[in-house]
Amino acid sequence: MVFSAASVITQIAVLLVALFLVHKPLGIYMDKVFTGSRSSKPERVFYRLAGVDAGTEQSWSVYLRSVLAFSAVSILVIFALQRLQGVLPGSNGLPGVDPWVAMNTAISFVTNTNWQTYAPEATVGIFVQMCLLAVQNFLSAAVGIVVAIALIRGIVRAGTDRLGNFWVDVTRASFRLLLPLAAVAAIALVIGGVVQNFWSTDVTNQAAGVSQVIPGGPVASQEAIKVLGTNGGGYFNANSAHPFENPNVFTSLFQVFLILLIPSALPYTYGRMVGDQCQGFTVAGVMGALWLASTALMAWAVASAQGTATTAAGGLGEGFEQRLGPAASSIFAASTTLTSTGAVNVAHDSLPPLAGGVAMLNMMLGEVAPGGTGSGLYGMLVLAIIAVFIAGLMVGRTPEFVGKKIGPREMKLAALYILVTPTLVLVFAGITALLPDAMANAPAGGPHQFSEMLYAFTSGANNNGSAFGGITSSGPYVSAALGVAMLLGRFLPIALVLALAGSLARQRKIPVSAGTVPTHGALFGSLLLSVTVIMTALSYFPALALGPLAEGLIQ
Amino acid sequence: MTRSSSAPAADTSALTYGDGNPPQTRTPGEHKHHTKAPAKLNAATINAALPVAFAKLHPRQMVHSPVMFVVLVGAAACTIICLFKPAVFGIVVTAWLWLTVLFGTLSEAIAEGRGKAQADSLRASRKGVMARVRLEDGSEKEIPGTDLKLNDLVICEAGDVIPSDGEIIEGLASVDESTITGESAPVIRESGGDRSSVTGGTKVLSDRILVRITAEPGATFIDRMIKLVEGAVRQKTPNEIALHVLLVSLTIVFLVVTMTLAPIASLAGATPSPIVLVALLVCLIPTTIGALVPAIGIAGMDRLVQHNVLATSGRAVETAGDITTLLLDKTGTITYGNRRAVGFYPAAGIGQDQLVTAARLSSLADETPEGRSIVELADHDSSNGSSNSTSLEGLSSTTPDLAIVEFTAMTRMSGLDLGGRRIRKGAAAAVERFVTEAGGTMPADVQQRVQEISAQGGTPLLVAEHTHDGDARVLGTVHLADVVKPGMRARFEELRKIGIRTVMITGDNPVTAKAIAAEAGVDDFLAEATPEDKMDVIRREQGEGRLVAMTGDGTNDAPALAAADVGVAMNSGTPAAKEAANMVDLDSDPTKLINIVGIGKQLLITRGALTTFSVANDVAKYFAIVPALFTAAFPGLGMLNIMGLATPASAILSAVIFNALIILALVPLALRGVKYRAVSATQALGRNLLLYGLGGLVAPFIGIKLLDLIISLIPGIG
Repeated sequence: MVFSAASVITQIAVLLVALFLVHKPLGIYMDKVFTGSRSSKPERVFYRLAGVDAGTEQSWSVYLRSVLAFSAVSILVIFALQRLQGVLPGSNGLPGVDPWVAMNTAISFVTNTNWQTYAPEATVGIFVQMCLLAVQNFLSAAVGIVVAIALIRGIVRAGTDRLGNFWVDVTRASFRLLLPLAAVAAIALVIGGVVQNFWSTDVTNQAAGVSQVIPGGPVASQEAIKVLGTNGGGYFNANSAHPFENPNVFTSLFQVFLILLIPSALPYTYGRMVGDQCQGFTVAGVMGALWLASTALMAWAVASAQGTATTAAGGLGEGFEQRLGPAASSIFAASTTLTSTGAVNVAHDSLPPLAGGVAMLNMMLGEVAPGGTGSGLYGMLVLAIIAVFIAGLMVGRTPEFVGKKIGPREMKLAALYILVTPTLVLVFAGITALLPDAMANAPAGGPHQFSEMLYAFTSGANNNGSAFGGITSSGPYVSAALGVAMLLGRFLPIALVLALAGSLARQRKIPVSAGTVPTHGALFGSLLLSVTVIMTALSYFPALALGPLAEGLIQ
Repeated sequence: MTRSSSAPAADTSALTYGDGNPPQTRTPGEHKHHTKAPAKLNAATINAALPVAFAKLHPRQMVHSPVMFVVLVGAAACTIICLFKPAVFGIVVTAWLWLTVLFGTLSEAIAEGRGKAQADSLRASRKGVMARVRLEDGSEKEIPGTDLKLNDLVICEAGDVIPSDGEIIEGLASVDESTITGESAPVIRESGGDRSSVTGGTKVLSDRILVRITAEPGATFIDRMIKLVEGAVRQKTPNEIALHVLLVSLTIVFLVVTMTLAPIASLAGATPSPIVLVALLVCLIPTTIGALVPAIGIAGMDRLVQHNVLATSGRAVETAGDITTLLLDKTGTITYGNRRAVGFYPAAGIGQDQLVTAARLSSLADETPEGRSIVELADHDSSNGSSNSTSLEGLSSTTPDLAIVEFTAMTRMSGLDLGGRRIRKGAAAAVERFVTEAGGTMPADVQQRVQEISAQGGTPLLVAEHTHDGDARVLGTVHLADVVKPGMRARFEELRKIGIRTVMITGDNPVTAKAIAAEAGVDDFLAEATPEDKMDVIRREQGEGRLVAMTGDGTNDAPALAAADVGVAMNSGTPAAKEAANMVDLDSDPTKLINIVGIGKQLLITRGALTTFSVANDVAKYFAIVPALFTAAFPGLGMLNIMGLATPASAILSAVIFNALIILALVPLALRGVKYRAVSATQALGRNLLLYGLGGLVAPFIGIKLLDLIISLIPGIG
């Protein structure tokens, strides 16, 4: 396979232009979705049925309790119905799901991780796929978006403890934003060649005259929200490397576009809501710079491996799809790990070691470039608060972020936020390294064995969902450990972000003066970028050195 | 009596006018000659600080600084390991870990030591002072000054040291306040008005006063000052707490990183020894800033004390850096205390000389500041040409029938009678009456000039003479105006650049106020201001989210001083004002507020700069230690050894030593404070990021490499 730099650059350019064209109208639309006060008729009926008082706003703690209650109920329902699959219709003849796998899957889909410890076509039927997992793809994405919106409201509002109504927000995010976008995207994917049917199986006669059974299903509809909601849970085990999910380079690029669509438009919504588009552009600029740098690094890592002896031996071929080629795969791999998507069109385990390291580094950045739906924006805003704190000290003023003072309480919440994922990743990796039985799940040995384990926990704690495939994760220990990592990695940051939003909303607004550190512009942008990269590098450098660097740096 | 043309000396002005305005001999920005210079950082100060530094190693003290506490625990653990398994490398690393902790406590001890000498001399000033208490029956009793209670009445005479803080309720005295202000010239303190407060430890030089004690025992001004300069009353400020939160969370991250490294590395069979892990941990946690935070705080307070400002808390100093609105009294702060003559305008047909001479004569006996300013201006004018430097004494010797006409509320004029010649100066209406009654007329051009001057916000004074032959005529107009102190405009410009709005407060009418506001270049003004108006301004500004600072000295300023985010009372002010304020300026210089803002900012900048430097340093340390630890297991990782350090042992040791020495190297910067310039936030951020961010990234690469070159020469390590 030939790696073509021109192909990479063309695909990147097409993506950037497309995203640039839609980010403004979508950003404005999302602002309207969440700031409009009117409910539509179906929404009002829905609120009445659900017993939601749409007119009442919630304090941060009530908002958080709503998020947690909603997610807890979702996990329980998904777990129970997977277990009952055997007696439910639409099971495609498959039995109830193994309890560890069911538990892991329930947590995984509710936390927007979509780590799949099972082969979908062999484990779950059409009912679980459509009525449980696809629904969660919408809802978990919506939860991420509304938490980001609540944080923006905290920044915008002054002297209040109200952040909005979670039930209203989540309803609007699902029905007004995700559903219409997913519908359009699904049709586009069908046009591109993705299958959409209800046949339980499809029989193909191969040239050799042997017949093979390949499962079909409503793939395009699920595929659309899989990428649009930065979920990543594939209909098939091979995910976006499967020809039914992702038949060609065009659908591949379109999927990357969908992955980046909402996260890259949210900064515009943010700028609009705070009434200063420079703020939005700065956040988007930092996200874009990181995305571009990481994608280039990934492409370089893939290309440089091709230049070595491995090419001669056909090494780069393994794990890559001939249909898609290394350029599309590099871009996909970078984007899926820089967001909380985790969909894959190339086996990450087979990436050259340094490229695998870039994928890990992307997740370790906290998935903020541009990150998951909502979670990317709130992650970046928390980093901006850390950056503005340092900047404030450097100019001799108590730091302010968009008119709000960053005092001890705000700093505590922001600092805890950035502590959560590194602690989860490293502690789980450290504990697992001490358990020979657990390490046996990754039989590769050497630094690659550790990379597989490190990747799994990085993916889980950051709610990414992609995996180094060499690891067996369906056993009790890995399922449970990853389950805990996913839960804490999702809901601790959300709790901290909502508390931060509450704390900011209570404050008065401070007018901007020449003494205020501007939180927009190239200078602040580069500070934010440096803080993001340095904080990540300092937390993970030794771990990365013992995994991908040990494997990839050969003297 | 000959009067020099220079500005009056500070104390005489206070003595003569007692107008509540501080002496105005200093131009803003001028450096004070008696500012207490900080002790130099030399071997002697370090020696003096060493025992204190060792005492501070006690865990109970160290626990207040979580970062350094981690280093202490690490050093202790390594010591125990070395006892069981002694090895050259382990012992050297352990020794440097202990030095790291010691350098931290040493920096704090040095910072404290600088205030110690001052505290000792303050203590000495009160030692053995006896107080003559007047009892209710009128008799007197002598008790030790430290036993004085609130509201005791104390008599102080010439030569007595005032035993405690109080308010003069009877009498007037000149007082030597050099113990607290460093200013040797005596000041006048008298009962009633805004100059009635006296401070314990100061000395009465003349006269006798009756003082009512206003301070609780142990809570006097000097007690507060001693605590302050010793750094004993340090509570953490909100910014400091926020910074600690960041430092502690970084420490936790690095604890997790190093603790999980052992099992992870064991997979590759490259488990680092515990001593190496501790060394890595100490190198990574922000020890540089963690060690220097207390010294920076103490030095910040010390800088205030050096500027002769006492703050009640570190919080007030920090708040000063956040100030966005400055309320400044016009009189004394923006302008000189009094109106001054700025021009002579002769009436039509009168020569300039004629007017200047007459104006000068009419003011010779006028001791008001306005009168003296006329003489000064006349002398200044005449030194450029004409000569009429007659003194009052000279005049009386040549003119025996000289009579001084004092200003009265009735006549509203003053002047001289020289035989039959009567020279008068006064308000326009009064002089007009004087001239018309004597048969003269008011010239139209003078009338017009009077209106012009009034419109500009100045005060017109007319000069007239009634000659021997009964001829009465107006000679011309003297323009009296508020004179804005030189340099104020530039200063306000500077403040605007750093985002501070200035509001001038004055009792003048709006026309006058507007003219002066425009001349001084303030952003806003409040004319005909009452104390209530001041409160309203403060509330309004605060309501809009701004932080307000103001100065004041009178009792009626007290509520506003208390309401302001930073209230600076003049030391010459009333006890009520000093009580309400959160800072007291010992020099009673209202422009000091501008310096205080700078000191507050400098404190934060120093912390921020060293934090950035400290964190940026970690990158180089990783590049030193990680390849040192794992190159044996994975030779490819040798590519990360970009500094080309000699051996793993030398690399680790170099990083540890650099980490310790950088603390010591930055002590002077922590004490002195990062240079603060009045530039916009963007410029300041760019500059400091470049210097301390990029500098912090690069410096350790060079430092560690240099150390490695030396250490690699040591046999057994290199």
